[in-house]
Amino acid sequence: MATAQVTTLHDKAGHAASSSPAPDETSDYLRARNVSLAYAGRGNDIVHAIDRVDLSVKRGEFVCLLGPSGCGKTTFLNAVAGFLPISSGELTLRGKPIEKPGPDRAMVFQQPGLLPWRDVLHNVTYGLEMSGKIRGRQAAAHAGALLKLVGLSDFAHSYPHQLSGGMQQRVNLARALAVEPELLLLDEPFASVDAQTREALQVELLGICKRAEVTALFVTHDIGEAVFLADRVCVFTRRPGRIVRDVRVRLPKPRDEARLKPEFLAYVQEVAGVLGSAAAGKANGT
Amino acid sequence: MAIVVTLDSSGTPTRQASSTLARLGQRSERAVLGTAFIVLLFVVWQLVTAFGIEPPILLPSPAGVANAFANLFSSSDIWFDFAASGEELFYGFALAAVVGIIAGLAIGWYPRLGYFFDPFINFLYAVPRVALGPLLIVWLGIGLNSKVALVFLIAVFPVLVNTSSGVRSLDQHLVRVARCFGAGDLKIFRTIALPGSVPFILGGLRLAIGQSLIGVFVAELLGAQHGIGAMIENAGQQFQTDIVFAGLLIFAAAGMVLTAIVRWLERRFDAWRI
Ligand SMILES: Nc1ncnc2c1ncn2[C@@H]1O[C@H](COP(=O)(O)OP(=O)(O)OP(=O)(O)O)[C@@H](O)[C@H]1O
Ligand SMILES: [Mg+2]
Repeated sequence: MATAQVTTLHDKAGHAASSSPAPDETSDYLRARNVSLAYAGRGNDIVHAIDRVDLSVKRGEFVCLLGPSGCGKTTFLNAVAGFLPISSGELTLRGKPIEKPGPDRAMVFQQPGLLPWRDVLHNVTYGLEMSGKIRGRQAAAHAGALLKLVGLSDFAHSYPHQLSGGMQQRVNLARALAVEPELLLLDEPFASVDAQTREALQVELLGICKRAEVTALFVTHDIGEAVFLADRVCVFTRRPGRIVRDVRVRLPKPRDEARLKPEFLAYVQEVAGVLGSAAAGKANGT
Repeated sequence: MAIVVTLDSSGTPTRQASSTLARLGQRSERAVLGTAFIVLLFVVWQLVTAFGIEPPILLPSPAGVANAFANLFSSSDIWFDFAASGEELFYGFALAAVVGIIAGLAIGWYPRLGYFFDPFINFLYAVPRVALGPLLIVWLGIGLNSKVALVFLIAVFPVLVNTSSGVRSLDQHLVRVARCFGAGDLKIFRTIALPGSVPFILGGLRLAIGQSLIGVFVAELLGAQHGIGAMIENAGQQFQTDIVFAGLLIFAAAGMVLTAIVRWLERRFDAWRI
């Protein structure tokens, strides 16, 4: 991996006065405090991707991350997944620092990353095989059910190159759901799916997360999607990204009909406003 | 009539009419053109010999070569030659395949092993390895061993180099996906590096076929009782060009059959590739 752990200048500057709410230390499932992460760029360059991110997530919460392109959302997700060592700050899951990937987390990657030599069904069972949870016929049956959920039952024996981008993305989702993670990390999973399928998938995803008490971090560029899904919408600034606003969406669940309600539109407008100023860089430092 | 777009092996879309006749025509286009050139060569060859432009001792006629074939197969000597060359080819190639694949996987997978062996491998890869023949004879004698060793040494490198570069070029994104699901190194090797390098391995084997045949010929040139290469060498010294031609065709046929087998394997394994 072409990344290196780079200590940012910010720790030394003594940033104790960060405005992290975090009321109850013990109740946080996932907790980021002052998390910064920098990539080693070209030569001696350092690319500060995220800067002092604070975020506390409770078990079962659905949190959407929104922000301008390149602001470090994928980077943050990778850090939570355990792929990238953070440069400074604290990143804990159930109180323990995140050091490496674990079976409690699953990621729906921005690029589908399907194994080209496996058919769709065996791509979905891949996570199960790797984590050694279940295998063989049981895994196949489980995967079959998830394929049905994402509407790809008819393509179980197709190969990834025979699917459209949106279909591949749905396989990617099914593969992550198959391992029944506690924490689901989703990186723009529905970006290339048509509007109708997307709404159906959103409803399914909410249902699954509720039933299985899954905690979710969901990156998206779609404000409506964020408001529809989220208990909280966190808005990042431009790179180096930090969370400038944490909008709590108090719409009752299930939200199948929520899109038609005036409150929904009000939330969309609120988030759009925050996002607009975050993208323009005005909200920096609030 | 329905038009179906399919992607051929290079990923270029081709329009396919679903009428059987048109489809047959398209599929056989390759075969027809490929055969046409061979037929053309034969015609020119026949004409050149028929008009006596070249004397038969330099260029035998197609009929002469056919005749030589008939003569060769009427005696049992040819079977000794087949057996000898076949044995050298089989052992040398099989050894090259097994060693090349295993060593290539190991060297590609463990970077340190790569650092350790790469300079030596590059050195041997650059050397014209047929030049090792005389040395091998000194070391291993004139018999089967030195010949198998030469074939092996010539053929192992394409397999090894291809295999290791296949393992090294593994998709880092897929590795990340695997790690995300808790896969350790061994599982990553088995489920990503290995299947990912199959096309490279088969490509290496395909190159190794031609190299092995060179090995067989050179090994027999350096001294052999039997073998197709030895037969060609003897016939050449006695200006029996028709037998030389027959021998060349045997070599070519062996190469083509083996290549066809590897290509068949490639198609089987490449169902997932466009
Ligand atoms: N491997 C890397 N090496 C160096 N810099 C990187 C690397 N990956 C990302 N970056 C930089 O870090 C910044 C954040 O990237 P990241 O992928 O996290 O953005 P993002 O918020 O997910 O954007 P998008 O919405 O477009 O997916 C970008 O400016 C990018 O240039
Ligand atoms: Mg991203």
